[in-house]
Amino acid sequence: MTRFGFSIAIMPREGILDPQGRAVEAALPQLGASTVHGVRIGRRIELTVEADDASTAREVVERLAAEFLANPLVERWAIDEAQPLAGVAG
Amino acid sequence: MIAVEPEIESDVDGVTLDASAAAVELHRKLGLTDHELAAITDRLGRAPNDLELAMFSVMWSEHCSYKSSRGLLRTLPTTGDDVLAGPGENAGVVRIGDGLAVAFKLESHNHPSAVEPFQGAATGVGGILRDVVAMGARPVALLDPLKFGWPDDEATRRLVRGVVRGVGSYGNCVGVPTVGGELLFDSSYTDNPLVNVMCVGLVAENGLAHAIATTPGYSAVLFGSPTGRDGIGGASVLASANFGAGSAEMRPSVQIGDPFAGKLLIEASLELVERGILEGLQDLGAAGLTCAASEMADRGGTGIRIDLDAVPRREDAMAPFEVMISESQERMLAVVAPEDVAAVQEVCRRWGLPSAVVGVVTDDGDLTVVQGGEEIARVPAQALASQSIEMNRLASPPHRHRAAPAPGEPALAHDGLPERGMDPGSVLEALMGHANLGSRAWVTTQYDQTVGTDTIEGCDRAAAVLRVKGTRKALVMATDSQPAVAAYDPALGAALAVAECTRNIAITGARPLGITNCLNFGDPGNPEAFWQLSESVRGMGEACRALGVPITGGNVSLYNESPLGRIAPTAQIGALGLLDDLDLLIRPQFRNEGDLVVLLGEAGAGMAGSAYERIAGAAPDDRPPSLDLAREASLQKLLQQAASDKLLNSAQDVSGGGLAVAIAECAIWGGLGADLILAVAMAPAVTLFGESPTRVVVTISPERWNGLARLAAGVRVACRRLGTVGGDRLRIRLVGVGATGAAEERGAGIADEVDVPLSELRKAWTMAVPRVLGEEGPA
Amino acid sequence: MKVGVVVFPGSNCDRDALHGARLAGAQAELLWHEDTDLHGADAVILPGGFAYGDYLRAGAIARFSPIMGAVREHAARGGLLLGICNGFQVLTEAGLLPGALRRNATLRFEHRWVRLSVERHDTPFTRGIPAGQMLRLPVAHGEGSYYLPDAELDRLEQSGQVTFRYGLPEGNPNGSARDIAGVTDVSGRICGLMPHPERASEALLGSDDGLLLLRSMVESAAQVEAVA
Repeated sequence: MTRFGFSIAIMPREGILDPQGRAVEAALPQLGASTVHGVRIGRRIELTVEADDASTAREVVERLAAEFLANPLVERWAIDEAQPLAGVAG
Repeated sequence: MIAVEPEIESDVDGVTLDASAAAVELHRKLGLTDHELAAITDRLGRAPNDLELAMFSVMWSEHCSYKSSRGLLRTLPTTGDDVLAGPGENAGVVRIGDGLAVAFKLESHNHPSAVEPFQGAATGVGGILRDVVAMGARPVALLDPLKFGWPDDEATRRLVRGVVRGVGSYGNCVGVPTVGGELLFDSSYTDNPLVNVMCVGLVAENGLAHAIATTPGYSAVLFGSPTGRDGIGGASVLASANFGAGSAEMRPSVQIGDPFAGKLLIEASLELVERGILEGLQDLGAAGLTCAASEMADRGGTGIRIDLDAVPRREDAMAPFEVMISESQERMLAVVAPEDVAAVQEVCRRWGLPSAVVGVVTDDGDLTVVQGGEEIARVPAQALASQSIEMNRLASPPHRHRAAPAPGEPALAHDGLPERGMDPGSVLEALMGHANLGSRAWVTTQYDQTVGTDTIEGCDRAAAVLRVKGTRKALVMATDSQPAVAAYDPALGAALAVAECTRNIAITGARPLGITNCLNFGDPGNPEAFWQLSESVRGMGEACRALGVPITGGNVSLYNESPLGRIAPTAQIGALGLLDDLDLLIRPQFRNEGDLVVLLGEAGAGMAGSAYERIAGAAPDDRPPSLDLAREASLQKLLQQAASDKLLNSAQDVSGGGLAVAIAECAIWGGLGADLILAVAMAPAVTLFGESPTRVVVTISPERWNGLARLAAGVRVACRRLGTVGGDRLRIRLVGVGATGAAEERGAGIADEVDVPLSELRKAWTMAVPRVLGEEGPA
Repeated sequence: MKVGVVVFPGSNCDRDALHGARLAGAQAELLWHEDTDLHGADAVILPGGFAYGDYLRAGAIARFSPIMGAVREHAARGGLLLGICNGFQVLTEAGLLPGALRRNATLRFEHRWVRLSVERHDTPFTRGIPAGQMLRLPVAHGEGSYYLPDAELDRLEQSGQVTFRYGLPEGNPNGSARDIAGVTDVSGRICGLMPHPERASEALLGSDDGLLLLRSMVESAAQVEAVA
C-alpha cells in the first residue's frame, strides 16, 4: 500500500451566484485594484489516501468529492494529480 | 423554483421537429394543459409566441396563480377596522396605534428546501423579508415553523441541519431576530419537508408602500442584484429548443441567497420609502420580473413596457425568456416619476446596489417586452395576474375510517418509549423527552434572537414578545399547527390551530389583531387532497370569524407529496397580537414559592392526534378532542381582563402533551416545582396528557383567588385550584377513579401519582432533540 | 460627549449601539463608512453585524473602508475605540488589536447568554465596573473563537491586555483560547469584545450589566474631553 496525496479545488458552478466573489470584487477599488475582475471564491481540500495504486486512490477521492466534499448541485470540483508520498503505510 | 417540473431532457437536440408540432408540444413541456393553451389563445386573440408562453407558464403555475385555491380563499374573513392591507398585497398590515402599523406574513419554501436545504431555507427567509419590506415596513422579527420526517437516518438529519443553518445564515446576517417557530417530526414529511417562514415588520401608518403602477409615463427602476439564470427549472426546455446542445450543467437553476445583498436591499428600499418618492414598490420573487411588472400594472389599471437590454445581468447571452422569468434573488422593482429616478439611483449607489430604468408605465394595460428596439411580447397584464386561470377541483373525503391511525406512526420502534398503561410519571418523562415536545435549544441557539434590542421573550416560548421603542406597546407573535388532528379531521385541525395560536397571544395579556397562514397540502388534482385543503380553509375561516380575528394574507403550497404518500394536511397559522402596555405582560414560568396553580377551562375527551397517542397508541375508536369556539373566545377575553386587572403571575396554555407537560414546562422555566392534585374525570391519561383545547394553567398570589374565580364565573369559564408552586419536584396526585400501570396491577382504584425531581424532567427535556439527531450533549 | 457609531455595509447592530450609548448618557450619531470624518466623536464604536456579509473573512473587507483612516488617527491620538462582535473582528483584521477571531469550536452560530469576569478595572471601559461584578451579556456569532499562538498569548496576559474572560456557570461559548472574551491594546484605549453590551442595557431585555461598560466608556471620554 502506498500513500497518495491529493488536493481538491471546489468552486461554485458556472452561472451560480457567488456572493462572496461578488462582494470581494466590489471592494477591490477601495484597495486600488480596480483592474481586477471575475472574482470567484471556493475552497481547497488536501488529503491523503492509502491504496495499491494511483488510480484506485483517485477513485476513492472522486467518490468522496461527489458524495460529500462538494455539493454537486451548486459546485464543481477538480482533483489534481496523485502525489505518491514517502513511506509505506502499515 | 417553478412548481411544475415537466420532463426536461435535451432530446430535442439535433432533432428537427415540424414547426407546429413543436409549438403544440412546447406548451405541454412548459407545464400548461391544452385547455390552458386554449384559454391563453383566447385572451390574446391569437396564438402566443414562445416568450409569451414562457411567461404564462410561470404566471399560471399553481405557485403563482393559486389557480386551485383562489376560489376557496375567497370565503375567508379578511376585513377589520384596523386592517390596512389584506390578502393580495405583499403582506397584510394592521394598525396598532401611536401612528404605527405592523406588516406580517407567512410563506413557504418547501420544494426548494427539499432540493437544497441550506439555500432553499435561506432564500425562503430572504423572500419573506422582501415581502414585508415591499410594504414599506422594517422587518423586526422572523419565526420559522419547520416540519421534517423522523430524523433517524442521515439524509433527514442532513436536511434538518441544512435548513436550520440556512434560516440562521440569512436572518442573522440581515440582523432580524428569529424569535419563534416550530420543530415537528412526523414520517409524513419525510420526502416533503415544510419550511414555512413568518416575518413581522413595523411601518408608519401613513408610510405604507404598495405594489402598484398608476401613472403612465412613470419609470420602472429595477434595483438589487443583477439578473442571472436562477430558478429557471421547468422552462429551461425553451433553452434547449433555442440553443441546441445543453446539458443540465449549463442551466444552473438553484437559487442562491446573498444575505449581504439582502441587507443592503432592505436599507436602500426603506430609505426610498421614507423619502416618499415611490409610487409603487414590489419585490421580485416567483416568476421574477414578469410577475412584478404584470402585478403592478394590473393593480394600477395600467401597462408596463420592459426594455430587456436595460436589465443588469450577471450572465452573458441570456435569452429573453430567461431575463423575464429569472428568479435571481435580492431584487426589487420601483415605480417613480422620471424626475425622481436620479434620486433613486443615488440611494442605490450609496448602498452598493446596481439599478437601472428597465421600463416605463403605459396606459394600454399590457405587459410589453422590447429587445433591440423590437417588441417581442405583448400580453394583457391582467391575463397574467389577477385574471389568470382558475381551476375547479373535485373534493371528496377519504374512504378510510376517520379514526384510522394518522399518516405518522407512533414512535415506539424508534425510542423504545413506555407503552400505554405505564405509570404517569414515566409517561411524563417520556413526553418531555420526545423530540416534538422537548427543548428546541438545539435549533434556537443557532438563531440570533436579541439583535434589535427589542426582544423581551424569544424562542422556546409559546409566543414571542417584542417591545416597540418609543411607545408602551409590545408586539406578540406565534405560529401553530395541528397536523396530527388534521389528518383525522382537517377542518378541526385548522380550527384548533387558529384557536391555539390566538390563545398563545392571549396568555401574554395581548389581544390578537390578525392571522396569516400557510396552507401546505398535497396534489390538488387528487380529490382527497383537495378535500383536505377545502376543509382546512373552511375550519380556519370559521375559527377566525368566531374569534373575531381577520386573515390578512398568506400562502398556499401544494403538491407536497411523493410516491410514498402525502403530507399530513398542514394549515400553518401565524398570529400577530398587540399588548397595549408592556407593564401588563404575563410570562409563562412559575415565579414565586407559594403561588396558587389554577386551571382555567375544562378537559374534554379524545386522545387521537395527541403526543400521547404517538408514544402509547390510541384505541381504534378514539377521536380527536372537540373545539367550542364560543368558549375559546370567552377564555381569551378572560385572560385579557385578568391581565389588565393584574391578577396573574404566569400563564401557559395547554397543548402538546397536555396539562402535565404544560405544568412541567412552567416548572422547568421557572426553576420551581409544584405540589398538585388533579381530579380524574374520565381517565388518568386524558386528565394528564389529553390535548383538548381551551385550557390555560395560571399562577396567582393566593389572595387573588376570589377575584379570579369571580371573573371566570362571570364568563362561565371553569376555574379550579390545583395546588401550589414550590420545591424542586413536580408532584401531581390523582384522585377519582382510573388505575393504570403498577397501580392497576396492585388493584388500586386510582393511578399512582407523578413525583419527579425537576432536574430529571429538565434533563429529558434538554436532551430530546439532540438525541434524535444523534448528537452527544445538550445544545 | 459624543459617541460615533460606524456603519459599514452589512452592519446590523449600529442602531442598537446608538441606543446603548444614549442610555449610557452620551449623544450618539451614526458615521457612514464612506465618510472620512468622525464629526467630532469623542469615542467611536465599531458595532456588531455582518459587514460585507462576513465574506472572505469577518472584518477583512471592512478594514479597508474609507472611514478607517479617521478611526486610526482617532486611536493614535488616544481616542477611545470600542469594537463589539463584528467590530472586534474588524479591529483585529485592521491590526489595531492583537489576535484573530476564528470559527466557533462547535462550528455553529451560537446565541447564548454568557457571564464575563472583568480582568482589569483600570481601563476606560472597565473602571466604572465594581470589583468582583461579573457581566451577564449575550453573544451571537459564528466566528468568535479568539486565537493567538501560545507565546503571544503569554505576552498578552503579561501586559494585562486580557480584559474580559468567559466565566461560569455558562462558560466559554466558542472555544476561545484561555476563555478570552475581550482584549485591549497596549494603551488600554482600544477595546474589543465578542459579547454585546448594548443588548444588555436594560433589565427589561434580560440584563443591564452592559450599561456598566458603556457608561464607563462614556464617562472616561467625557473626562478626557473636559481636560482637553
